[in-house]
Amino acid sequence: MVFCRRGGPRAPAGLPVAMGAAGAVPPAADKKGLGIVTTASSADHPTRRDFLFVATGAAAVVGAAATVWPFIDQMNPDAATIAAGAPIEVDLTPIAEGQDIKVFWRGKPIYISHRTKKQIEEARSVPLSSLPDPQTDEARVKSGHDQWLVVIGICTHLGCIPIAHEGNYDGFFCPCHGSQYDTSGRIRQGPAPANLAVPPYQFVSDTKIQIG
Amino acid sequence: MSGPSDYQPTNPALRWIERRLPIFGLIHSSFVAYPTPRNLNYWWTFGAILSMMLAVQIVTGVVLAMHYTPHADLAFRSVELIVRDVNYGWLLRNMHACGASMFFFAVYIHMFRGLYYGSYKEPREVLWILGVIIYLLMMATGFMGYVLPWGQMSFWGATVITNLFSAVPYFGESIVTLLWGGYAVGNPTLNRFFSLHYLLPFVIAGVVVLHVWALHVAGQNNPAGVEAKTEKDTVAFTPYATIKDLFGVSCFLIFYSWFIFYMPNYLGDAENYVPANPGVTPAHIVPEWYYLPFYAILRSIPDKLVGVVAMFAAIIILCFLPWLDSSKTRSSKYRPLAKQFFWMFVVVCILLGYLGAQPPEGIYVIAGRILTVCYFAYFLIVLPLLSRIETPRPVPNSIADDVLAKTGRKAAPMVSTVIAIMVAGGLLVGGAQSARAEGGEVAPPAQKWSFSGPFGKFDRGAVQRGLQVYKEVCATCHSLSFVAFRNLADPGGPGYSTAQAAAFASEYKIKDGPNDQGEMFERPGRPADYFPSPFPNEQAARAANGGAAPPDLSLITKARSYKRGFPWFIIDFFTQYQEQGPDYVTAILEGFEENPPAGVTIPEGSYYNKYFPGHAIKMPKPLSDGQVAYTDGSPTTVAQYAHDVTTFLMWTAEPHMEARKRLGLQVFVFLILFSILMYFTKKKVWANAH
Ligand code: FES
Repeated sequence: MVFCRRGGPRAPAGLPVAMGAAGAVPPAADKKGLGIVTTASSADHPTRRDFLFVATGAAAVVGAAATVWPFIDQMNPDAATIAAGAPIEVDLTPIAEGQDIKVFWRGKPIYISHRTKKQIEEARSVPLSSLPDPQTDEARVKSGHDQWLVVIGICTHLGCIPIAHEGNYDGFFCPCHGSQYDTSGRIRQGPAPANLAVPPYQFVSDTKIQIG
Repeated sequence: MSGPSDYQPTNPALRWIERRLPIFGLIHSSFVAYPTPRNLNYWWTFGAILSMMLAVQIVTGVVLAMHYTPHADLAFRSVELIVRDVNYGWLLRNMHACGASMFFFAVYIHMFRGLYYGSYKEPREVLWILGVIIYLLMMATGFMGYVLPWGQMSFWGATVITNLFSAVPYFGESIVTLLWGGYAVGNPTLNRFFSLHYLLPFVIAGVVVLHVWALHVAGQNNPAGVEAKTEKDTVAFTPYATIKDLFGVSCFLIFYSWFIFYMPNYLGDAENYVPANPGVTPAHIVPEWYYLPFYAILRSIPDKLVGVVAMFAAIIILCFLPWLDSSKTRSSKYRPLAKQFFWMFVVVCILLGYLGAQPPEGIYVIAGRILTVCYFAYFLIVLPLLSRIETPRPVPNSIADDVLAKTGRKAAPMVSTVIAIMVAGGLLVGGAQSARAEGGEVAPPAQKWSFSGPFGKFDRGAVQRGLQVYKEVCATCHSLSFVAFRNLADPGGPGYSTAQAAAFASEYKIKDGPNDQGEMFERPGRPADYFPSPFPNEQAARAANGGAAPPDLSLITKARSYKRGFPWFIIDFFTQYQEQGPDYVTAILEGFEENPPAGVTIPEGSYYNKYFPGHAIKMPKPLSDGQVAYTDGSPTTVAQYAHDVTTFLMWTAEPHMEARKRLGLQVFVFLILFSILMYFTKKKVWANAH
C-alpha cells in the first residue's frame, strides 16, 4: 500500500478505514496522527494539527450547506406566483338559491353554494357524534350568512374534485374513490379522512366575498 | 497501475456489498490509493476544477430548466422571470452563464498545460483525443446554451453558426434546413437546441469517465515528463492530490465568484438583453469569447468553404498532435526551442481571440491571416521540425530526482514568463487598438453612480424620482413590461411600502378578461400587474413614432453599451466598472443638440444626438428643465432628470443588484478564509510527503 510507505501511523486524514484495516496502530504513534482518526487517544488530546483539520472540515461543511440552500429554495413558489395568489373578490348576486358556482383561487377550485333552507336544515340536524370529522355547520359558515357555503373543492382523500349536488347526502360526491360529503361539505362516507376545507374568506358586503 | 484492489472494507455491511459489487474497491484504488506523481504543480489541479465545473453546470442547468420555457415567444421573458422572481434565480443564472466561461477558461489552461508538458505523447494518445472530443462537445453545448435566452446575439449567433454548414457542397442547404427544422432559425430550432443542450452535458460526463479511465491506465504525466518508476516517485491520491486539488478548487471559486457576484455581464454581450428580432441583425455579431480564435480563423479566409474547413481543422488538428510532435522528450521544460515556440503559440491564440472580436476590416484582416498561418504552422511545421532538429536538455532520472533538484531553487521562471508574455501581448493589442482610434464616436462621459462598485446601493431618492420621470415622461412612448407594481415594494428597490405600491398600481387601468360574458374589461391595477404598455402592439408603436418602435425600458441599461477598448476592458475587470449602460443612457438623454455641427445633416424626422451611434435619433429631445415637478427639492434640471431616471432604469434592469453584492461580500469573506485554511491544511498534509 503506497500510503503506508512512510509508516502507517503517519498517513494523514482520509485514511482511517485503511489504517483500521492495517490493524495494529500503536496508540502512542497515533498521537502524532490525525484528530480525524477517531481513536480515543487523539480525541482526548487535540493538537494544533487536529484543530486545523477540524476547522477546515467544518468550514467546508458550512460552505456546502449554505450552497445547497439556494438550490432547494428555488423550488418554492416564485414571486410572480405568490403575487398572483392575492385575494380575489366574488360577487354573489348571480347565484340563485340552490345553485352553486366554482371559482379559482391560487389554482384551487372553490365551491360557493347558495344553500336552500332544506340543505341548511339537513346539515344542522345531524348528530355530531355520527360524523367522522365532527364539526358543526355553524363553524363552517359565517354567521348571518348561513345560506352561503364556501369550501375548497378538493377531496381530502387524494385531491380529486368532488361533484356538487350528488351522492347520498345532497352535498358532494367524489368520483375517484367514492367519498361523500354533506351539504356542509363534511365527510360522511368513503375513504376521505376529513371535511372539505374552508378557505380564508370574509364578507365585504352582503353580496360580495373576498377569498384569501 | 490501478489494478484489481485488495481493498476490503471493515464494516461488515460494506463488505457484504463489496463481495457482490466491488465498488468500494474501485473507488479506493482510483481515488484513494491511486499513486500520483509527487511533483505535480498547480496547473494539474485544473483537472479537478473542470470536474467541479461540469458538476456545477449540470446542477445549475437542471435547476434552470425547471423554470425556463423553450418557446420563441416566451424564452426571453422566462429567463428574465428566473432572474427577477425565482428565489435565488439571479444567482443560479449567473452561476450557469459565468460558469460556461469558467469552464472554458479552465479547459484552455488544462489544454495548454497538456501541450506544454507533452501530456499527449505515448502512451497517452487516447487520453488526449478523448480530451479533444470533450472539448468539441463543450463547444457544441456552449453554443446551444447561448441560444436559449433568445436575445439578439442568441438568435444571430444561431443563424451564423448553423449557416456554417451551408458551406458543405451539394448538401449544405439541406443540412441547414434539417438543423433549423424550418425555413429559418425559429421556434423548432430553439426547441431542439434546448433538448440537445440538456443532453450533451451528460454525454460529456460519459466521455469524462473514459478520459479518467484512460488517465488511470496510463498514469498521470508530470512536469518532469518522466514516468513514475518507484514508490519514491509517487504519493497516494488521497490525501495528497485530493487536498491539493481542493485548495486549487477553492482558489478558483474565488475567481469564479468575482464574476458571479460582481461582474455577471462582463463576459456577455449587451446585445443579448435585446429580445431576438429576426428582422434586424446587430451591427457586430460576436460569438462568446471562448470561440473567438476560431471565429477569427473563419473570417481570415476569403472563401466560404475553405474558411469553415479551416475553422474545424484548427480544432481537429489537435487530435493528430501525438504524431505531429514525435520528440521523445515530453516536457517542454527540457526543450529550449519548443518552450519558446509554445509561448509564441499561446500569444498567437490570444491575439486571434482579440481579432475575432474586432470588425473584419483593414489591418485586422491582414493580422488575422498572418496569425492563422502561424496557428497552423505551429502544428504542421514547427512541431514536426523541432522533434527532428532540437537537442533537448537531459531529463531527470526519476521524479524523485526532479523533486530533490527543485528544493534548492525557489524562483518561478514560469510565472515571470507568463507576466512577460501578458505585457507583450497587451502592448501588441494596445497598438492595434490605437491604430483604430478614428471612428468619430464620442464615448459617453463616466458618471458617478451610487450603485457602482462592490458596495454599491441604489439611491432610494433617485430611484423614486426616476420612477416619477418615467411615469410622467418616458411612459408616453416606452413600455416597462418586465416590472410589476409589486416590485416597487421589493427590498433593494425604491423603498415603497406594500400599501404604497398597491395605491400606485390602482392609479392605472389594466385590461383584463374575458369575463363571464366573454368580454374584455378594464379594472384598476393590482400589485401583481405589470406596468401597462403605451401601445397595444409593436406595429402601433412603430406607426406612432415615425417608424422606430420605442424600445422597452426594463432592461435598457443592460442592453446598451459602448466599446471599452484596450486596456480599459482589462482595468474594468479589477475596478468592477459595469456602468457602460447607465453612462450611455444618461449621455443619450443629455446629448441632444438643437443645431447639428457643421457638415452633419440629419434626415427629416430625426434629431441630432451627440452620443447616438450615427447621431440621427428618431426620439425627439424628451426632457427639458422644469418639466417634472419634484417634491423633495432636488434640482429640476435635465441633468438631474437623466441621472434619476437612469438610476431607476438600472434598478428595473437589475432589481436584485443589492442582494447580489451583499451576498457576494459574504461569499468572498468565506472563500478567502476557507482558502487560507485549505492552504495550511494542504501544507500540513504534504509535510508528511517530504
Ligand atoms: S380522491 Fe376523492 S375519494 Fe379518493
